[in-house]
Amino acid sequence: MSAESSVRIGLILPDVLGTYGDSGNATVLRKRLEWRGIEAEVLPVRLGDVTPSSLDLYVLGGGEDDAQALAADHLSKDPGMQRGVERGAVVFGVCAGLQVLGRAFTTSDGVTHPGLGLLDVSTSPGERRSVGEVVVQPDPRFGTEPLTGFENHLGITTVGPDSLPLGQVVRGTGNGEGTEGAVSGRVLATYLHGPALARNPELADLVLGWVVGLPLPPLDIPEVEQLRQERLARRRAR
Amino acid sequence: MLVTSDLPLRTRFAIAAARTAAAVSRRTGRGSGGMIGGRIALKLDPHALQRLARGRIVLLVTGTNGKTTTTLMLRRAVEALAPVTSNSDGANMPDGVLAALAANPDAPFAVLEVDETYLPWVAERVDPAAIVLLNLSRDQLDRVGEVRKTERELRAAIARLADTVVVANCDDVLVASAAGAGNHPLWVSTGQTWRDDSIACPRCGRAVRHHPQDKMEWDCVCGLVRPRPEWVLDEDDLIGPDNPPERLELNLPGRVNAANAALALAAATCVGVPLSVAVQRVRSITAVAGRYQRVPYAGHAVRVLLAKNPAGWCETLPLLEPDQPVVIAVNAREADGRDLSWLWDVPFERLRGRRVIATGERAADLAVRLRYAEVDASAQPDPLRAVASLGSGPVELIANYTAFREVNTRLADVG
Repeated sequence: MSAESSVRIGLILPDVLGTYGDSGNATVLRKRLEWRGIEAEVLPVRLGDVTPSSLDLYVLGGGEDDAQALAADHLSKDPGMQRGVERGAVVFGVCAGLQVLGRAFTTSDGVTHPGLGLLDVSTSPGERRSVGEVVVQPDPRFGTEPLTGFENHLGITTVGPDSLPLGQVVRGTGNGEGTEGAVSGRVLATYLHGPALARNPELADLVLGWVVGLPLPPLDIPEVEQLRQERLARRRAR
Repeated sequence: MLVTSDLPLRTRFAIAAARTAAAVSRRTGRGSGGMIGGRIALKLDPHALQRLARGRIVLLVTGTNGKTTTTLMLRRAVEALAPVTSNSDGANMPDGVLAALAANPDAPFAVLEVDETYLPWVAERVDPAAIVLLNLSRDQLDRVGEVRKTERELRAAIARLADTVVVANCDDVLVASAAGAGNHPLWVSTGQTWRDDSIACPRCGRAVRHHPQDKMEWDCVCGLVRPRPEWVLDEDDLIGPDNPPERLELNLPGRVNAANAALALAAATCVGVPLSVAVQRVRSITAVAGRYQRVPYAGHAVRVLLAKNPAGWCETLPLLEPDQPVVIAVNAREADGRDLSWLWDVPFERLRGRRVIATGERAADLAVRLRYAEVDASAQPDPLRAVASLGSGPVELIANYTAFREVNTRLADVG
């Protein structure tokens, strides 16, 4: 956490990487801090703004092909987030965010774009779009409760030796090779929408624990438990 | 004028079979009949759509939001000239379109709502005199795919229609890109400000620039620029190229319906309806397929509104009567889109302090969203039970597509 009293969450390019409701992740992170008495603020960093390197946490969402290429190009020229990571800031990315954080991604038009290199992953188009509910068993280092989310992507992502997968797919596609997501240090990304952190409070608190520097006590939110029961029960029903 | 007897035997047979199936579907309560009837006719005669459209003036209405309302407005206006056939039930896939054409084969005009992803297919077959292109925004991401892909397909389809007038909203970047590919665009400024789906230029992928002083103006370095409108909606005044400003004074609420009306009225004048006549006819509309009017239920006056995506919600939230309890119904069936992440793009925070009940098949997802918005809400899967559970007085019930359909059917049964 920075010297300032408030946790500063950067919502990176919500105008570009905001197609799939992933901005909700920033809302979830802020509320989970506030409900524990920790001040937090969300700073949207839009196209045309300079990305501050001083933020505690950077959140990236999903977007469409053109928008994703635009985001990667923009963020490589405006490296505030990358400098933040060098200082120990935390990054949480989803879908296009995952691909942009990687070394390279190829869009459906066959063009390969360089990524930001914060994760050791690379992505190329698969044969068909993966669309639907996903269940993931996280790597024990990153959680114990199953992760639930909704995926919608064409990309197949390969995780290299410098990153760890976030978990193993129980249902759905994920990265496309049986794993889901990727983690390097304090940079974590996943294909799960939903938004991911609304459905998976343990993952939200893992990320927040990295930011505040100590594990956080659980929050009891009955609505979230009810939603998890519904979403995870579907796995057994099918 | 086309009469049924001019059609080949095969098409006449297909229409007869379709009508029988539609009647059965209505009798058994499985649907309004439009879809099943159309599906059977297309199977029996794949050229039925061409044949039924031949010799008629066909007007198509498409876009993400406002199709059903705008179709009704345009239909009412054009009825000033001659009988019109229309799919006012909202069945906007090819089979619903065909069913509407077959329902009144003698009507010289057809005003047809078409799902935006099927517009290229339908337009190629019916050779429309005009297409009304309302707006394009994210909707049902899991099913339709990306809105930008829809734009590209519409653009290609419009480029192939040499003689069709495209009545289009020039304030929507995606619409402007698609409609600009045609030979005869007719631009209408509706004052739309939803921009979240057109940050990257649909033509080149670079950032669309918005004018710092005039917030309606936009352009891109690739040359795509906001077209100059011939029609402008200024507050409640519609200013056309040849007329003094016409005050709309609609009976339907909201800026969004004024925008729908502006496009419908511009299209109606294209086929020869005098503007003042068209305005009067559009003004007489008080409800659209179960929307907007208050319906009595369990001692409550329930107003049912449809909102199925973030752009639609942004237009709906300002319509809500202050202090009235709000029941929200959300499903995630195929026709709704299976991914409910979009709930987090809706500023539900604005409902703080109200009595809110989360309902529908996905009430649990909505309840979590409302919890994080710090809206004090309870959850109850059945929207009408939720209405009944409230103290007496009027209720606002907002539902997404299939939830809306269900609620309307049940309210009609009670009435």
